[in-house]
Formats: sequence, C-alpha cells, structure tokens
Amino acid sequence: MSVADFAFYAFALIVLVGGLFTVVSKHPVHSVLWLITAFIGATGLFVLLGAEFIAMLLMIVYVGAVAVLFLFVVMMLDVDFAALRAGMAEYLPIGILIGVILLMELGMIYGVWQFADGAEAARAAVTPALEQVENTAALGALIYDDYILLFQLAGLILLVAMIGAIVLTLHHRPNIKRQNVVAQMHRDPARSLELKDVKPGQGL
Amino acid sequence: MVGLEHYLSLAAGLFVIGIFGLFLNRKNVIILLMSVELMLLSVNINLIAFSRFLGDSVGQVFTLFVLTVAAAEASIGLAILVSFFRNRGSIDVEDVNVMKG
Repeated sequence: MSVADFAFYAFALIVLVGGLFTVVSKHPVHSVLWLITAFIGATGLFVLLGAEFIAMLLMIVYVGAVAVLFLFVVMMLDVDFAALRAGMAEYLPIGILIGVILLMELGMIYGVWQFADGAEAARAAVTPALEQVENTAALGALIYDDYILLFQLAGLILLVAMIGAIVLTLHHRPNIKRQNVVAQMHRDPARSLELKDVKPGQGL
Repeated sequence: MVGLEHYLSLAAGLFVIGIFGLFLNRKNVIILLMSVELMLLSVNINLIAFSRFLGDSVGQVFTLFVLTVAAAEASIGLAILVSFFRNRGSIDVEDVNVMKG
C-alpha cells in the first residue's frame, strides 16, 4: 500500500466518522465540530485528487465561514436540545432501513458501472498535464472564459442570499430611540437656536 | 491502487449518512441543515473524482457552483431559523405549521 493509498483511507475514515458523529451527536455544538472534521477530511481527499483550488476553497468557505455560521446560530439560540432528541429512537429503525436500502442500490450501480465508449471523446475541457498548467490556473482559464456567465450568476446568487439573510434577520424594535442622520444634517441654527435678551437681575 | 470506485463508495457512504441524519434528527432543523451539507459534500466528492479520473476539468467548475449554492442555502436556512426562533421560541419542525401544510 503506497503512501497515497494510506492517505486516502485515512481521509476517508475521517470523513465518514465525522459525518456519522455529525448526525448522532447529543449536542449540536459537537455536531458542528464533527462537521468541521468531515470537511477537513474532504479537503485532504480533494488534494489527493489533484483539485487543490477546490480543496482550499472548501477549507476557507466551509470551515471558515459556513461551519462558524452554524456554530454562531447553535450558540445564539437558547433551545432545549434534549427535548428535540426525544423521538430519536422512534425514527432510528426506519432511518437505518432506508439507509441500508439506498446503500445497496448504490452498491449495485457501482458494481456494473463503467465509462461509456464515447466518454473520452465527449470531454468538454480536457485537464492539461500538471507539468504544463497547474490546477488553479487551468480552473481559472475555464471559469473566466467558458463559464463566465455561470460564474457571474453564482456571484448574483450569493448577493441575493446575502440580502435575503440580512432582510430576514434584521429586526426593527419600534420603541427605542434611533439616530436620524438626515434630520441631524438638515438642522440649521435658525430652527434650533433662539437668542434671548436676558434683563439684568430678572432672569427668564 | 485507489481507483474511482473507492471514491464513489466513500461518497455513497457519506450520502447515506446524510439521509440517515435527516431521518434521525427530524425535529432539530440545525442538524437537518448539517445533514444536507453532508449530502452536498458527497456530491462534490463524486464530481471531483469523476473530473480527476476522466481528465475533464468541468467537474471542478461545477463543484464550485455547488459550493456556492450550498453556502447560500446554509445562510438563508440559518437566517430563516433565527427569525423563526424569534417568533415562536422553538426550532422544532413540528411547530412549523403556520401555513397548515
């Protein structure tokens, strides 16, 4: 067994154990941490597959952003997580049953699966040799050339998601004092100041 | 030698774990979202493995788009969760019944 094979099995084990404990952990914080473990294992697998850019992206986007977002939400919500786990034993048998059936179906597919005869000829963008073009450069040439529209649309999706998340969580409380910048900037001395001529010894 | 089948089997296992998580945590929306993330990760593993063993870079481009959509989905899902918790004080899926669906 070569080093690459050993690395594959190690990372595969990390991914599967991380995934399994994500769904069976007692506390959601532990689930998030196991999810991060699974994503780190997947990052290693992607490096093994020669997709370094996607691997680093997974590390930055998922471990750095999405998992931390999950962690924030889990810690922010004051939820009785034990009550949410009450019916778990009830769903365990059907979950295992459907999981085993699905796994058997996928196993049967992979048992007889093979590349079609025309698959090599039908490739849309043949990966250049690693000695000539590295992974990130090859991917960049593809994204900014053939898939520029999809790339821009992906940016649009992220923009819409950002606006949607802000609009959904923005909460205006009606009965607190807020700073009205426009009103402040449009004040002038004529309306906000008044000069009084105070007589000596009398006061106002 | 690790071949394509190894990666496909791993992705299948991860996908089934995600499905299993959906059934196991039927009440907790946060873990449901995490299970969906796991399933999307297994799809990404499939795409990258095919991309590598067929020698076609387009698989990696599509992984990029799956990642984008998954990130958007997670952020919107968690935003809905936060606003739902603010209104109802619970994240139980069975309490999501305003629409009588």
